Amino acid sequence: MTDLNMTPGVKPAAQKSKAAKAQWLVSTQNLVLFLLKNPTSAYGLFVLALLIILAFIGPLLATHDPYIQDLQNALQAPSTAHYFGTDELGRDIYSRLLYGTRISLTIIGIVSVIVGPIGLAIGTVAGYLGGRVDTVLMRITDIFLSFPSLILSLAFVAALGPSLYNAIIAISLTAWPPIARLARAETLTFRQTDYIAAARLQGASSFRIIWRSIVPMCLPSVIIRLTLNMAVVILTAAGLGFLGLGAQPPLPEWGAMIASGRRYMIDSWWVVTFPGIAIFCVSLGFNLLGDGLRDALDPKQLNRR
Amino acid sequence: MKAISFDKLRIQLGSALILPGVSFDVKAGECFGLVGESGSGKSTVLRCMSLLFHSWSGTISIDGKSVKEMGPFERCRTFQMVFQDPYGSLHPRHSVRTTLSEPLKIHKLDNHIERMEQALIEVGLPVDFLDRYPHQLSGGQRQRVAIARALILEPDILLLDEPTSALDVSVQAEILNLLVRLREEKGFTYLIVSHDLAVVDHMCDRFAVMQGGKVVEVLPREAIPGNEAIMPYARELIAASLQYERTVE
Repeated sequence: MTDLNMTPGVKPAAQKSKAAKAQWLVSTQNLVLFLLKNPTSAYGLFVLALLIILAFIGPLLATHDPYIQDLQNALQAPSTAHYFGTDELGRDIYSRLLYGTRISLTIIGIVSVIVGPIGLAIGTVAGYLGGRVDTVLMRITDIFLSFPSLILSLAFVAALGPSLYNAIIAISLTAWPPIARLARAETLTFRQTDYIAAARLQGASSFRIIWRSIVPMCLPSVIIRLTLNMAVVILTAAGLGFLGLGAQPPLPEWGAMIASGRRYMIDSWWVVTFPGIAIFCVSLGFNLLGDGLRDALDPKQLNRR
Repeated sequence: MKAISFDKLRIQLGSALILPGVSFDVKAGECFGLVGESGSGKSTVLRCMSLLFHSWSGTISIDGKSVKEMGPFERCRTFQMVFQDPYGSLHPRHSVRTTLSEPLKIHKLDNHIERMEQALIEVGLPVDFLDRYPHQLSGGQRQRVAIARALILEPDILLLDEPTSALDVSVQAEILNLLVRLREEKGFTYLIVSHDLAVVDHMCDRFAVMQGGKVVEVLPREAIPGNEAIMPYARELIAASLQYERTVE
């Protein structure tokens, strides 16, 4: 240590990044271990991992091209040639499901990336600044909250035209208000604490206090809420797809697959069953993961780890 | 060393009169105590001075300059505050390094590492505590970090809001001795709020007794052992404290 102390300019910087990295790694590791201990949250984590892995290597596992039609083989029952059967145009459902993971992951990813920061920003600013800013921001939030999300998405998609990305925008527009509400409520509990007062006494600007002190405190509950929201997002995306307003044919979006298969449901159960099971598993997985995260990230349990 | 002057500090919220008018002076380099029962407005006086609470009238001035006229940066460099509860005054997700470097970044000071290490050494903590988080520290260590945070901007005045009341008795003594030593070394002006006359007796040159938002009497420390207070409430308070000490002994 003594020879390191000779070079004060080098040592602290290296030490800092090492310590920060270690802290980050340790807490992530603890989090994953905690989630794995509980079977339900382990299932959620497993589904998320599977979804990500399949989105990357899905094409390698696919047995057929998801877009090639083969009318000779339409509506084939599950067999060794087609694990999950074929749909009304003879496309392999197994391969389409694999390609569909990319679409689902895109939807979840983009919606979370849009919704999280917007909700967090609006909620923390409204909660910390209070007064008129709070009133204006929260009334806007209330207006968005007062529409049923699927109906509002429908209206947006109808106005913007049906496509996958318009569906994502529409879902994002309806998904941020609960996050903003949550972030505001959390902020209200933190804004009177002594450490915020101390930050103000040090001359920190409002923006700095919100970004450096309040956002880290709100982040766990927002992440939990986002994870729980993902299930709703998947269902809304599937719903929009089912109504023909989301992903357009021939994209293998799961909701759209159910929609096109529902006419053949009585004779060919596999056309709707497998996409249905996929939607069910993923949305259940995210719900359970969200529950597990809530147990793991609860600030009151923070000291235990 | 800077002197503080409170003149007709008054808070009225609607029909509720919180502080009817508080006036007293703290001399430069003095340690001044504020004592009184719960709800007598001791901490409120500090919160008004630090502008954590805005809606007050009257003047609080430091060396003749009103705190409301000071720029925020000048105010921060003039006085800092140490809070009562060390468990609530440190950000739970900030390491000691972040806690101490934030004020340096805000005020764009140089030599961050040297200043942070210096502040930790001054409050008697090892330098490698920089990478600890509050939940890895004991109550006394947290309060030391809170004091280091107050010191790092090199203020002239420290406002101490019951700095020891949330701590164990043995730790209380350590923190009080630390504060006494810091004042001898750096010549701070202290304004300390306490409900414990023993703390005031240990630390302060003079103190004010407050009741119901009013300053009842300002007394020198020497008045405590013989209970030389004139006003009945102050006499009663000191007598009660003396009697308690006798029982404990």
